[in-house]
Amino acid sequence: MKRFALAGNPNCGKTTLFNSLTGSTAHVGNWPGVTVDKRDGVYKKCAEPVKIIDLPGIYSLSPYTPEELIARNYILDEKPDCVINIVDATNLERNLYLTTQILEMDVPVVVALNMMDAVKKSGDSINAKLLEERLGVPVVEISALKETGLKELMDKAFNESKKIREGSTVLETSPLGHLIGDVKIALKGQNVANPLFHAVKLVEQDEIEANMHKETLPMVEEFKKTFNDEIFGGDFEALVADARYKYISSNFASVLSKKSKDTTKMSKSDKADKVLTHKWWGIPIFLVILFGIFHLTFGEDLLFLGKIFSLPSLEDLGLLNEDGEAINFGVRILATFYDGAVMSPGVWINNVWNDLIVGEFFGWLGGLVEESGMAPWAIGLINNGIFDGISSVLSFLPPILVLFMFFSILEDSGYMARIAFILDRMFRRFGLSGRAFMPMIMGFGCSVPAMINTRTLADDKERTATVRVIPFFSCGAKLPILTAVAGAIVAFFGVGNADVITFSMYVLGIVVAIACVLLMRSTTLKGETPPFIMELPTYHLPQFKNLMAHLWDKTKHFVKKAFTIILASTIVIWALTHFSFNWTFLEDEQVNESILAGIAQLVQPIFTPLGFGSQLGELGWVFVVAVVAGLIAKENVIATFATLAACLAAVTGLDLGELAIDAEDGIDAVQAMIQATGITIPGLIAFIAFNMTTIPCFAAVATAKAELGNKSTYNWTLLFWLASSYVVAAIVYTIGSWWWTLFIWMVAFAGVAAFIIYRNKMAAKRLN
Amino acid sequence: MEKTLDNFSIGEKGIVKMVLGEGKIKRRLFDMGITPGAEVFLRKKAPLGDPIEITLRGYELTLRKTEAACVKVEVQS
Repeated sequence: MKRFALAGNPNCGKTTLFNSLTGSTAHVGNWPGVTVDKRDGVYKKCAEPVKIIDLPGIYSLSPYTPEELIARNYILDEKPDCVINIVDATNLERNLYLTTQILEMDVPVVVALNMMDAVKKSGDSINAKLLEERLGVPVVEISALKETGLKELMDKAFNESKKIREGSTVLETSPLGHLIGDVKIALKGQNVANPLFHAVKLVEQDEIEANMHKETLPMVEEFKKTFNDEIFGGDFEALVADARYKYISSNFASVLSKKSKDTTKMSKSDKADKVLTHKWWGIPIFLVILFGIFHLTFGEDLLFLGKIFSLPSLEDLGLLNEDGEAINFGVRILATFYDGAVMSPGVWINNVWNDLIVGEFFGWLGGLVEESGMAPWAIGLINNGIFDGISSVLSFLPPILVLFMFFSILEDSGYMARIAFILDRMFRRFGLSGRAFMPMIMGFGCSVPAMINTRTLADDKERTATVRVIPFFSCGAKLPILTAVAGAIVAFFGVGNADVITFSMYVLGIVVAIACVLLMRSTTLKGETPPFIMELPTYHLPQFKNLMAHLWDKTKHFVKKAFTIILASTIVIWALTHFSFNWTFLEDEQVNESILAGIAQLVQPIFTPLGFGSQLGELGWVFVVAVVAGLIAKENVIATFATLAACLAAVTGLDLGELAIDAEDGIDAVQAMIQATGITIPGLIAFIAFNMTTIPCFAAVATAKAELGNKSTYNWTLLFWLASSYVVAAIVYTIGSWWWTLFIWMVAFAGVAAFIIYRNKMAAKRLN
Repeated sequence: MEKTLDNFSIGEKGIVKMVLGEGKIKRRLFDMGITPGAEVFLRKKAPLGDPIEITLRGYELTLRKTEAACVKVEVQS
């Protein structure tokens, strides 16, 4: 099969073209650098099927960014049959800069002049015939979005792919022409493929090239000595870049004819930008948008209408029976979006999905299994192990998709790039760039999309650091732990305020995240603050088609995971809690005899410095089990409490009094645990802190593994999560129990900081 | 008058004279079109004064002041 590679600037419509050609649903965003790796698909409308390879968006073929290297190596080493160079017609000059470099390779090239519809709309025009003449390769006008000109483009490319093309350069007529020509002849003599491309890069002192052609290098240096430019001196990199742009402005300026020369007139995009990045309003507007997104996704009182107008709840309206259930199906539907307050679209979708679709479906399936007459352990495995596991994962789909949709709109519209622009200054202090903000804030919703979003970070170390701290931004599933434990502390001990405890745990997470980023960026992930030189794309309305394709892609990804890795893990956990060491099946109430309980009792002492270890006596292992269950999904923590609290009552004969133990009311379950184990307040808070900062849920861990790519980085990340949560919980517990230990911790931290600073200074000295 | 790009105030225009610095950052600036002879216009500064946004070669580019300090520009009225 013939292979055509798509190459072009970031944000030039490459991925849209790829999707149009292959029907694939690869992710498209209005953010420079969405395609990080290369992907491929098949185009079927040519004389024979053609494989299309979507290379990452690049500005140049220099060796400095991973994307540029991927694209460059692909074209040089894999030798595609044709390179389709997509050029954004609204931004001709900078796009042609890359074209001049691609043309230097010995490969057939076709230029696709994209976004011609936008150019025509603004009243400008581009003389494609003239451009074709000057470039020496076919030029086809297309609109990837409206899918015009695609057939012609592919036919031309197919035609070209049968020919052999030798590289040509615009530098021929520049002062460097002779020098490059001499080096090219020398390389050709050595039978080097793509001699012209390599010759230019050698003259540019390109690092990779210099290493590849060590024997030729002295000769090039010799040639260079005879050359001296009055402006640049011996700076050949500057000379080459300058010559390219000079050639482009003098030869291709005539191709473009602008309708009006009036550049002071503001376009719609400019007007929007003026408001959104305003000196004073920029940050407040951003905060409002951010709040709006979370409100629309998670808010149970839309626009606070319920509070403002004191709307009656369903119970007040007499629509619920004594058990608090809806009296008929109509009320059930009403309950998905109204109960004393109008719910946000995100919550509404979530309720419909979970109460009416997933809940009903698995309830029905579960009923079938119950009546099937299988062995009790098999029914337990299928209903409590498999079905509960899958449905609890599927229940996350709505908030993830809704949150993703909003963030895609921000990205697609071009606003995301402006957010990075606005916030860069703040983030630089921590050794990150403004782009790191978005994934972090998404972490408050769910770590999974947040980690996927780190792909927009250019610097590898910055990316790793960001992925590692994302779980510290307490996600939606951790909220029930916070509210249950905080509520129980207030109810049982009669101290404090639940909202304040919950809020301070969020703040603790942020503080830990910042501290960890600072620590990593000055030790293991040391590196220059990544440069921030970024294109700000023109604003445009998000494309519905792109948006849906994107969401569909995410859904597929997530559901696939739910049925593989998460399914396997829930079965394992279920088995461990329902079998004893001699493999007899246990009822729910016998959980304390299970394998999991046995293991938990074994590791219980490890948690002593955190306040929920050996000091809690023989029943303290329940907290360990809750932590372990939380590794599957954080909502397991409170669910585990509910199950275990009931067991504890049966085992010890403890009078739990009025406390109704069921999964619905975590606060009561936690109170039962407090009564049974005698855990202290600092111990409880340390327990929340541990859950918040430890290894996140299975889904997030799997995502981190995929995003980090590197096996050892991933292993270190797991260790980092364990260590950070252990230290944070230990600090919380010891300071909470004995306030004076604060000074010990402070001295310890000052010591560590001093050591790191000293070591970095010594390292810097050695470099000098 | 010649000054570096980080010292520009909003609305100022100029022609790039020279790009200082080395390696990655300098190359990046070249690739993005900041080469001698290019016309640049300081469009705005971020709310905290840094980074800055410039218009050049018909598009918008943002860069930090530390990077802009590498760019020497002849100011035009």
